[in-house]
Amino acid sequence: MKEKILRTLNRVTKSGINSFWRNKWVSTATVSVMVITLSLITSLFLLSVVAGSILTDLEQKVDISVYFKLNTTESEVLKVKSELEKISDVKSVEYVSRAEALAKFETEHENNPLIIKSLEELGDNPLEASLNIKAKLIDNYESIASFLESTRFSAMVDTVNYRQNQKVIEKLSSILSTVRNSGFIAILVLGFIAVLVTFNTIRLKIYSMREEIGVMRLVGASNWYIRGPFIIEGILHGMVSSLVTTIIFYPILVFVSPKISAFLSGIDIAAYFRNNFFQIFLLQTLVGVFLGVISSLIAMRRYLKI
Amino acid sequence: MIHFKNVSKIYLPHMVALENVNLIIKSKEFVSLVGSSGAGKSTLLRMLIGEEAPSMGEIIVGDVSINSLSNKEMPYMRRKIGTVFQDYKLLPTKTAYENIAFAMEVAGKDDMEIKEDVPQVLSLVGLEDKAKQFPYQLSGGERQRVAIGRALVHRPDILVADEPTGNLDPVNTWEVVNLLLKLNELGATVILATHDNSIVNNLERRVVLMEKGRVVKDDLKGKYLI
Repeated sequence: MKEKILRTLNRVTKSGINSFWRNKWVSTATVSVMVITLSLITSLFLLSVVAGSILTDLEQKVDISVYFKLNTTESEVLKVKSELEKISDVKSVEYVSRAEALAKFETEHENNPLIIKSLEELGDNPLEASLNIKAKLIDNYESIASFLESTRFSAMVDTVNYRQNQKVIEKLSSILSTVRNSGFIAILVLGFIAVLVTFNTIRLKIYSMREEIGVMRLVGASNWYIRGPFIIEGILHGMVSSLVTTIIFYPILVFVSPKISAFLSGIDIAAYFRNNFFQIFLLQTLVGVFLGVISSLIAMRRYLKI
Repeated sequence: MIHFKNVSKIYLPHMVALENVNLIIKSKEFVSLVGSSGAGKSTLLRMLIGEEAPSMGEIIVGDVSINSLSNKEMPYMRRKIGTVFQDYKLLPTKTAYENIAFAMEVAGKDDMEIKEDVPQVLSLVGLEDKAKQFPYQLSGGERQRVAIGRALVHRPDILVADEPTGNLDPVNTWEVVNLLLKLNELGATVILATHDNSIVNNLERRVVLMEKGRVVKDDLKGKYLI
């Protein structure tokens, strides 16, 4: 029994490989369409990575600061800090003491003698201690700001700069979520179209072979014996397409990547591609093989009913 | 034994292809099924190999009712019936050798057996030297001989030939008919559907005449007169 299964498997595989070679033009056409599909899917994937990193980058630039009245002691500020750190929405809290604020102010304005001079004349440090707060999500700032504005802290807190930036932050937040959602939908729609095109190509191939499938049935082949070579062919189509896509894609990426990096600093697609090469290649191959096999199986169904 | 029991085939809405056909074909018989195009010969044969189901009635081969077989059981039945068609129905991407071997492969025969039997069959149909040719490289007569080779390679009990000479010249026609006769001598039941009266009149075997979906004449040593 085991021997028989192995023999069948061997025959089916041979027949699939044979058919892949002998139908060169059909294979070329199918692989070409699949390469286009896989390229599109890979591009969309990389695009979403780039867009995502831009969005995260933007998000990370947002923070709010709370300034404490001059008479607030350091321990009081640190107590607020530790309280803030306990809130789950808060990603990080950075304490800037009055002295640090002054030092920073001085280095920022060291080329402006007027300011330095007026500071010296003041004698005292006029700057307030502050906490810089980063939230995990851009939508969390509202609740953090209202927490700080509560009456509990009114004796200490001078200003929370969220209110001044509120409009900008809210706008950014809504832009980010729109970009993310519409990008996701665009990827789904384009991916779906690409899949349909491939499916149709394979369906046409199977349609052109419908008589052969019928003949196989009439000669006494079981359905799985007929499906076998088509499954092998589908796997081959998927693997070859994935390989071709990678061969086409990599040089293009190496060429384009510096241009993108010049435009958007901190994004190196080629490096991302290199670092995640195996995941991307595996994903491509899986999508290709899945498409090839499933499309064949679905397209064959009606011709196997004889 | 093959038994067509009250078989009718109606293509909806109201095209009657077969009307209440009753026919018994004994084992090892050579039967010519004659009649003009559209008389129902092909429909009858297509039902015998399960390519189509009757609208009414039953077809029994041996002790199996063909129309009760499932899609899964059908292949096993078909391996016992060899089929030859007017349009050869060869697999275009397989060579003559592979076409014949395919019939054995699907039946799960082992490689040794295939390597032994296929060359034998090829020489039986006179195509030893064309083994590696693809169907498009063969003439009509050669293609039909490959098809016959494929039909007989697993020594079927029944050979069904539907207008096998329809596309052939007289010389090739007789080669094919002689092959069928040889197979019959070797013990196969042969059913030959044809509208070529010269074949039938020379055979002097049982002739079943069909007209408009009915069996109208059944002679044990018949002639087919138009």
